[in-house]
Amino acid sequence: MKFGKMLRDALRSLFRKPVTVEYLTKPGRMVPVSERFRGRLTYDRDACIGCLLCVRVCPSGVIASTEDMKVAFNISRCILCGQCAEICPKEAIKLSTQFEIITGNKNGLILK
Amino acid sequence: MTAERDVEREVEVEYTRLRIPFGPIHPALKEPVLLRVSVRGEEVVDVDMALGHVHRGIELLAEGRNLIQTLYLIERICGICSHSHTTCFIQALEEIGGITPSKRALYLRTLIFEMERIHSHLLLLGVIAYEIGFDTLFMFTWHVREKILDLFEKITGNRIHHAMNTIGGVRWDLTPRMVEEIDAYMREVEKSVKYIHNVFMDGTVEKRVCGLGVLSYDDAVKLCVVGPTARGSGVDIDVRRDHPYAAYDELKRDFSVVVERGCDVYARTEVRILEIFESINIIRAILDRLPDGPIRPKENVFRLMRGIPEGEAISLVEAPRGELLYFVKTDGSGGLKRLKVRTPTFSNLIGLKPMLIGCEIADVPVIVASIDPCLSCTNRLIVIDQERGESNVIDVDSLRHRVRRRWMRQ
Repeated sequence: MKFGKMLRDALRSLFRKPVTVEYLTKPGRMVPVSERFRGRLTYDRDACIGCLLCVRVCPSGVIASTEDMKVAFNISRCILCGQCAEICPKEAIKLSTQFEIITGNKNGLILK
Repeated sequence: MTAERDVEREVEVEYTRLRIPFGPIHPALKEPVLLRVSVRGEEVVDVDMALGHVHRGIELLAEGRNLIQTLYLIERICGICSHSHTTCFIQALEEIGGITPSKRALYLRTLIFEMERIHSHLLLLGVIAYEIGFDTLFMFTWHVREKILDLFEKITGNRIHHAMNTIGGVRWDLTPRMVEEIDAYMREVEKSVKYIHNVFMDGTVEKRVCGLGVLSYDDAVKLCVVGPTARGSGVDIDVRRDHPYAAYDELKRDFSVVVERGCDVYARTEVRILEIFESINIIRAILDRLPDGPIRPKENVFRLMRGIPEGEAISLVEAPRGELLYFVKTDGSGGLKRLKVRTPTFSNLIGLKPMLIGCEIADVPVIVASIDPCLSCTNRLIVIDQERGESNVIDVDSLRHRVRRRWMRQ
């Protein structure tokens, strides 16, 4: 009886679609991310009022204030906790659903 | 002829007792711990442990940050029980600040807590299957775990570091659609875990792990072992029932504490499988009785942090691996004076010695895996000798030894 069950499981998994998916082969076949997914930061410079609350709550020192009372982000240090987006009174900082943050150019990771 | 016999004797003498370093980097160990195992033939006669390979100095880092920053820092103490760590820390802060979270927030905290327990236990079941050479079961178990992680991503936005807790509540609410999804997922998980349970009850697995790594009831009590490791040795302890926190006080009737008296690896595995079913029961009860209301105070989290006065508190939770303890001392201006974390693995590692002595060398990996060690959590005590400029991480035994030596000198 046990052998029969094993055979059934083995045959079934032979014809089943694989659980794993290829990584980023085609945009349509990518694993969809959820709505609340926390990805790369986006920053609306015009909406920013320069309260600098985000600088004070950021746990990993991503955010620095600039001379004109706005902020700049070093995304390579970001741990995607979303606290800055949560505390921003004007919703100038948002987290997109883009999860591929890596680039070949390090300056591309500085967001102003 | 005599020369040959001499060689034989020499070999015999050499092999009466061998000391084998096992780890810190070893194909069978998932986390770095150095076990110096003395063997006679195949039998383990003595074990010595050395920790400190993943010491990161998180307690000191926490002292230089404000409370919100610390919240995300301590989430990174452990990748598996990240929610347990933040819950424990937040509970201490709320006690100092006199903040009472709403009922709904407490229920949501408990929900994530139990989902985390399921995914942690499934991870360990996979590791045990892998250590006994049952790779198919390992893949299957982790496939089930993947469903829970997807659910985490839907609810909180991240698979591992959920960042669910905030001062006075939680950050994300459940939508009615999510409630349905969780319910459907739980049915799937229950079905799969029943299947996994059947496979673990199979004769081959049972023969491999039964009677292995025995930690008797007396030893478990004497060494203060916690969590599923203690419950596998017949010690009936569980923080969720003994000192209820979050919403466990109201969910007391919806779960029972699983206790097995086998004292071996099999019993510890069994405890974890049955605890998954208990967790599913708790999650269903939470979804049934989820109260309405706000999930967090209307005040800005920065203002809440400023409102926390100087004080100290101790907080306890039942993490997937056992009792987790936090000591928090705030300085009154949004920072920390002292943070002390005692993780379950720290208590459980001491229990490894009686388990390992007398077993065979090939059984060491599965026995070490059976206490579910999480060493990134554990490595924390560091001693710096200022005169010589040396620094080394010491464990409980050597600390006790040092104290005794100093006492003798006086």
